[in-house]
Amino acid sequence: MAYKFPSDEWVKALMEELNRSQAYAEAAATWEGDFYFIADIPGAEKPALLYMDLWHGKCRDAFLVTDETAKTPAFRMSGSLENWKKVLTKKLDPLQGLVTGQLKLKGNMAAVMKSVKASKELVEACTRVPTEFPA
Amino acid sequence: MWFFNSPEIAFGEEALSYLERLEGKRAFIVTDEVLVRLGQAARVADVLKGAGFEVMIYDKVEPNPSLETVRSGAAAMAEYQPDWIVGLGGGSAMDAAKAMWILYEHPEMDPEGINPIEILHLRQKARLVAIPTTSGTGSEATWAVVLTNVAERRKLGLGSREDLPDIAIVDPSFVMGMPPRLTADTGMDALTHAVEGFTCSFRNDFSDGLCLKAAEMVFDYLPRAYADGGDVEARTKMHNAATIAGLGFGNALASLSHGLGHSLGAVFHVPHGLAVGLFLPYVIEFCARGDAGATRYGELAYHLRLPCSTEAEAAAALVGAIRSLQAKIEEPISLSGCGISRSDLAAQMGLLVSNCGNDSSTVTSTRIPDDLETKRLYEYAYDGKPVDF
Repeated sequence: MAYKFPSDEWVKALMEELNRSQAYAEAAATWEGDFYFIADIPGAEKPALLYMDLWHGKCRDAFLVTDETAKTPAFRMSGSLENWKKVLTKKLDPLQGLVTGQLKLKGNMAAVMKSVKASKELVEACTRVPTEFPA
Repeated sequence: MWFFNSPEIAFGEEALSYLERLEGKRAFIVTDEVLVRLGQAARVADVLKGAGFEVMIYDKVEPNPSLETVRSGAAAMAEYQPDWIVGLGGGSAMDAAKAMWILYEHPEMDPEGINPIEILHLRQKARLVAIPTTSGTGSEATWAVVLTNVAERRKLGLGSREDLPDIAIVDPSFVMGMPPRLTADTGMDALTHAVEGFTCSFRNDFSDGLCLKAAEMVFDYLPRAYADGGDVEARTKMHNAATIAGLGFGNALASLSHGLGHSLGAVFHVPHGLAVGLFLPYVIEFCARGDAGATRYGELAYHLRLPCSTEAEAAAALVGAIRSLQAKIEEPISLSGCGISRSDLAAQMGLLVSNCGNDSSTVTSTRIPDDLETKRLYEYAYDGKPVDF
């Protein structure tokens, strides 16, 4: 079964995938910081926001956010739906996407720069979620 | 989308005189005590003074510069208010100059957070000249910044595309007296940049030719520069090769040899060039056993005129050529040969593996090792065993 991206079901499937991953658990063992993953959808009034609470190698909670002020996450990573699709289908390296501005990241950059492996495992987990994109 | 960036490069005999063209009031030279003692810093300062500059020399940069050194230098910069910064030295001095410059323009920044993602709007206060005094690092032509978190015993691969030097002065007179050991270690750094820039997952059409040319020049001229430090042609070619390799890998990225080498260097204080060069053959063997079609050792071997008909043969030929070069310049080819004991390696293995996995260079490898494979790479490199997994 494929999950629609971006949706509550998709981010919950990602949470399950992450919590099954021993590689992510080890790589992100010291990570503390929750995220908004933000996708700009063509024609939509507001971007889609996915919240993930990432803590010491586990995802403690994950859901689709309808009110942006509901949380004040430590990190916000945003991009167009098209660019997220490229990342999730391994057509765009996320580092390349960030350096070229196709994806944007806000938060404590020192923490990010020290957590390369956790970031890689997070993206790997994303690509393992069966995903269906809007036409 | 990707980018190609280069400083303006003044190279060859008398390239230092390019500094006479700079316009400004105050220059801040970032260097180390050895280069002050050798008179190299004064040589640069004299040219700048001749061009009408007031000059301050900051000589507190240590090998593998720490976050603390960067903060200290940036504070001195803020007090002096230069409009030109000159990084003079090997990679340590030039990388430190880049990081100090960023903090000078952005005092609020944490040096550990220097990253290629945020836009910094540098050059509001100063611009940067880089003058290499070794032939290897290529830092004069890249935006890479490697700093050391001493408390965590970890090297940090940082950098912003904006911290690329405005001008690189590649003047061979600065390396004519370089000792043989330093010549060998830094030369292997240049070769590793060339090979990894050509073979990493961020390789691209714009950087490929630079990497190939640099690799060819290192094989041709490093043995001569090592055997006879006064060989002007070999010194000049190696100095140019290092900058060309810097342009090559700086516009692609470094890869797994750097991840393994950074991690090793921070714990055991093995010189950077020696460390990354030592791992290069092991990494080639490891990547060659990865997914079919992921590597391009055949193309590299063809350019280096190494006989081979398959990708596996090309990898073996390349490893053989590197081993031969290492023998000519008397480089250790194993961690045991670097004076590291087996028990010390075992005791530090957890930290080595963890830091390698979190090094920004590791993730550009065409085959990224998991923790067990990283551990085995260190163990095989310790014993000098060909990689068979």
